[in-house]
Amino acid sequence: MTTAALKTHGLNKNFGGLKVTQDVKFELPVGARHALIGPNGAGKTTFINLLTGLLSADSGTIELDGRPITDLPAHQRVKRGLARTFQINTLFPDLTPLEAVTLAACERHGTSRQWFPALANRKELIEEAYALLAELGIGDQAHRLTRHLAYGHQRVLEIALALATRPHVLLLDEPAAGVPAHESGILYEVISALPKEIAVLFIEHDMDLVFRFASHITVLVSGRVLREGPPAEIAEDPEVRAVYLGTAAHG
Amino acid sequence: MTAETQAANAAAVADFRARARWQWYEPIFWLGAIAWYFLFPTYLPLGTQVLCSALFALSLDLILGYGGIVSLGHTTFFGIGAYTAGLLAKYGWGEPITCLLAGGVTAAIAGWICSFVIVRVQGVALLLVTLGINLVLYEIANKAYTITGGADGLQGIVFWKVFGVFDYDIEGRVAYIYTLAVVFLLFLVARRIVYSPFGLALKGMRENWKRMPALGAALRHHGALIFVLSAAIAGLAGALLAESVQFVALDSLGVQRSVDVLTMLIVGGTGVLYGSFVGATVYMVVRDQLADLNPAYWYFWIGLMLVVVVLFTRNGVVGALSDAAAWFQRRGRAQS
Amino acid sequence: MFSIIQGIVQVLFDGVAFGMLLFVMSVGLSITLGMMRFANLAHGVFAMLGGYVTATLMYRGGWPFLVTLPIAFGLVAVVSVALERFVYRRVYAAKELDQVLLTVGIIYMSIAAAAYVWGPEPMTFTLPDYLTVYRRIGWFSFSTYGALLLAFGTVITLAIFYGLERTRFGAMIRAAVDDRRVALGMGINVNRVFTITFAIGSGLAGLGGALGINALGLDPSFPIEYLVFFLIVVSIGGGGTVKGALAASLLLGLSDTAGKYYVPQTGAFIIYVVMLLVMLWRPNGLFGRS
Repeated sequence: MTTAALKTHGLNKNFGGLKVTQDVKFELPVGARHALIGPNGAGKTTFINLLTGLLSADSGTIELDGRPITDLPAHQRVKRGLARTFQINTLFPDLTPLEAVTLAACERHGTSRQWFPALANRKELIEEAYALLAELGIGDQAHRLTRHLAYGHQRVLEIALALATRPHVLLLDEPAAGVPAHESGILYEVISALPKEIAVLFIEHDMDLVFRFASHITVLVSGRVLREGPPAEIAEDPEVRAVYLGTAAHG
Repeated sequence: MTAETQAANAAAVADFRARARWQWYEPIFWLGAIAWYFLFPTYLPLGTQVLCSALFALSLDLILGYGGIVSLGHTTFFGIGAYTAGLLAKYGWGEPITCLLAGGVTAAIAGWICSFVIVRVQGVALLLVTLGINLVLYEIANKAYTITGGADGLQGIVFWKVFGVFDYDIEGRVAYIYTLAVVFLLFLVARRIVYSPFGLALKGMRENWKRMPALGAALRHHGALIFVLSAAIAGLAGALLAESVQFVALDSLGVQRSVDVLTMLIVGGTGVLYGSFVGATVYMVVRDQLADLNPAYWYFWIGLMLVVVVLFTRNGVVGALSDAAAWFQRRGRAQS
Repeated sequence: MFSIIQGIVQVLFDGVAFGMLLFVMSVGLSITLGMMRFANLAHGVFAMLGGYVTATLMYRGGWPFLVTLPIAFGLVAVVSVALERFVYRRVYAAKELDQVLLTVGIIYMSIAAAAYVWGPEPMTFTLPDYLTVYRRIGWFSFSTYGALLLAFGTVITLAIFYGLERTRFGAMIRAAVDDRRVALGMGINVNRVFTITFAIGSGLAGLGGALGINALGLDPSFPIEYLVFFLIVVSIGGGGTVKGALAASLLLGLSDTAGKYYVPQTGAFIIYVVMLLVMLWRPNGLFGRS
């Protein structure tokens, strides 16, 4: 049996009296394409924030490649190979995509606190950044300011920034949020073309996309794991249909 | 690798190189500073003060214009540098270069200590903490008058000849040239910082503080480093001023000076290196002129300047100039 | 032993009176900050204006002190609405730095304007006789002025809490501070609520400045001199919480008074150090939400 890429045990988080994460046990195998679904307010983003260290858990453990990361600050989890994107664009408006991704590469490479050598001399990092943008299909946008990019391109840049940290676990918080339906498929083509070594967990509301791209689904309701399993099983589960798919069918 | 990707890669690297390249106006600017020496021999002390203020503003620009950290108490480091140099000279060691360096080193250490508090807070709390540190230090310098001279300032200090050769003269010629040389060297250092990998990380902090940890950035370490660098430059500016006027006033630690330097930087423009020089020149010259007219009320015009800059320009004088240049360019293109 | 107790009672009386005064002056800033995320460093200008209105009416017009107070409140409120409408509104969405600079600019302009109109020296005025005497209850002697501050402070504080907790408008303010977007969604006209709140808060600052002319002194540098006090109240209290502002004001009033009473040679040093320690301990303030 191989160790899971990411694993939680008994994870809890309260906001005041509100239990937003309750006793969550979760496993993400190496190379998985795993969807996290659930109605609004189920605590999906909170769960991602706990995993990445933006929030600290009240109790429970988080393991990355079998090593505990529960007490590590956010940036050290990234160094261990855990990256994320944000549901609401969290970009650098006055930097170009090339600069932003180069910045991420510098951080990963440990050169970001070199304050005397010229950045232009770090050719390998700049070229790596450009190659990543080109690979994701926004190479032609590399030199424009981020705030001038089309929204769809900004969503791709979100993913590029996360990939530039060279993660082996990637958490995507509604990567296609706000993207028109006919374009969101393109975004998921980008995601499914990611190297197999990267385990991907994504939050998604569009059930078509979930069933098309996920090999495994976890359903979160009121901070608890309601069900988990392969798509076919989840689709047939009466309880899931009742609390989730039933409501989604209207919209 | 195909020729196409090779070309694209080369373009990507060239992009970074082009940003760091010297622009046509930069030599003009520094030649202008040299020309000042010949054109306005009676205004050399003012010129020296403008240069010191500009260097101080430049140090603030590194944390504010590039790192996005607002400080209402940056003169903490300027004052520490000034007092370090002044006290050394007062108690027997007046060699200018070592006094200058000592000012930079003590200020850097102070910056490092302050950074532990400063990287923990944001928003109004950050304003209060930077202001609070400044006020505490001012009170200490004020009360410890047996050492600092209190409100009378540090008097009777004498610096030795620069390089053991050039004595500080009454017209301020040696002081001007010495200051200009040091400011130019430190400008080169600041320029390196801005176009280094760390410079890019600073811009990242300014543009999106929240995203940085998600890229693996240790913000506290970044904050500590920029505070050390910025404080060192501020301390050097303070020591330079102390050396050129052979006096350290208590108000070199005053909150008023913290706000003044912020005003200079904003009037000039943040995050563009030369903003601090333009702002310091405009501010000091305007103050020099207005003070002759109406000493009690000139702050009205400085205040008005701030309000106008915030409401009507994108980024101070430099921002307005570059906007105007872009407008003329567009118009020129439209006509041709 | 007896003199120690006497001293403590004295410090408590003066400290609480000063704290109440600070609360009346700064509560408006705290709410403004909570509702609009707008850092109005020029808040002290309103307090200064209130002080000058009262001092001028008394000194030049011979008006009774108590009559000038509502005028100070009203006039400052009106001036503040004009400022809010025509200047401040343009920078709510701007970066915090722009807000800081704009309001610092306004401080500078108002300092020069005050020096032009009322002269650069501290303003002279005469308080009515009944406010310049000391009264005695047993061994405890107190100034009638201090008692007036305490009485007014208590009444205004109670009125503020009543207004916020028990009235419809207070509920709207709380909703807007809590979450602007939700308040908008509930159909609350947040801009209008804000304008009115801003006017009341500024008016209170003016009233505080008027009440406090004897305790605070009055000269054109007032907005800078007391800026750090306002910042302490909102930072230690945590922006947007009235209870926090009250607690911070009392803490500040007491520690400042105690410092001046017991260790006068340290000046303002003590409150700065206390404040830095609190900020280290709780960066979001004692009552702040993270």
